[in-house]
Amino acid sequence: MSAPNSAYPDTPEAQPEKPKRHEWPLWEIFIRGQHGMSHRHVGSLHAADAEMAIKNARDVYTRRNEGVSIWAVQASHIAASSPSHKGPLYEPSESKVYRHPTFFDIPDEVGAM
Amino acid sequence: MHDNATFEFLCRMGDNTLVLGHRVSEWCGVSPVLEEDIALANTALDLIGQTQMWLGLAGDIEGKGRSADDLAMLRDVWDFRNLLLVEQPNGDFGQTLMRQFLFDAWHVRMLQALTGSSDKRIAEIAAKAVKEASYHVERSGDTVIGLGDGTAESHGRMQAALDLLWPYVGEMFICDDVDEAMKSAGIAPDPNDLRAGFDSHVTQVMTDATLLIPEDDFAHKGGKNGHRHSEHLGHMLTQMQWLQRAYPGASW
Repeated sequence: MSAPNSAYPDTPEAQPEKPKRHEWPLWEIFIRGQHGMSHRHVGSLHAADAEMAIKNARDVYTRRNEGVSIWAVQASHIAASSPSHKGPLYEPSESKVYRHPTFFDIPDEVGAM
Repeated sequence: MHDNATFEFLCRMGDNTLVLGHRVSEWCGVSPVLEEDIALANTALDLIGQTQMWLGLAGDIEGKGRSADDLAMLRDVWDFRNLLLVEQPNGDFGQTLMRQFLFDAWHVRMLQALTGSSDKRIAEIAAKAVKEASYHVERSGDTVIGLGDGTAESHGRMQAALDLLWPYVGEMFICDDVDEAMKSAGIAPDPNDLRAGFDSHVTQVMTDATLLIPEDDFAHKGGKNGHRHSEHLGHMLTQMQWLQRAYPGASW
């Protein structure tokens, strides 16, 4: 049984009626690198609260000077698309090459785009 | 004479970070959770890195050609100048973090003061190390609060750790001949001057952690002057130094 909208829909939860005890919540970690413009997902970890998630992320994911900013999001707060809906969600756009703006002649005056 | 005292002082700084760094590294691979395992390994590596700088400078000032590695691996117990606090065994995870916090709360203040040292080399090492120590004390303080104000089990263990380790706090603030010499040369602060800041910081954290600081101010001493280390240091050194003892001169 996969929970709807879980970030890991293909991973069955261990008996949802009997929640695992002594396990900290899962957090997804996003880090903005030295020259990066946006935060990128780097992985996940466990932590008791948001503050601890940031500290753990600092120790787990920035030990080689990877980042200048950390975001931590509790995994259960992420809504995710389901892999089983791959067909209806993504396949229709495969055949619509005209959505790529490659069929227009760009006037020279426009310059680099 | 002045250089002798500086050598002693640098051995104190370097041996503190060496011995504690080794102790913390003993958790590598066996911490309660993966995140803490990596965090503790990072802390241990920070401390060992600081050791290289302190003992490297100590060797230079001594002028007998001893490197940081020589000082770390080829001295025996009686030549070590670390505080008794840092050589105490890890115990459980809570005891390790309590030891870490008590050390960090002193260490960060000592390093802060050393950034203004009259010796430029010492000031530079301190400026680098104080950033690491500021993070260490934040992390260890938060963990002490989390566990102290946690379950009945964790609270009990943290109180026991504080009761066990508190008698090792006083040694950090004892001022002896070496400290006097450092103070008058403007190299290092009077250890007493660090006490007020330490006390208010530790009191705040222990209050948040719902832990009681023991009233008895009895202090074990003999570590930083090398007169009387606890029996634990020798056992630790047999582990830490065995490779250099078994294969003298071995290198990568």
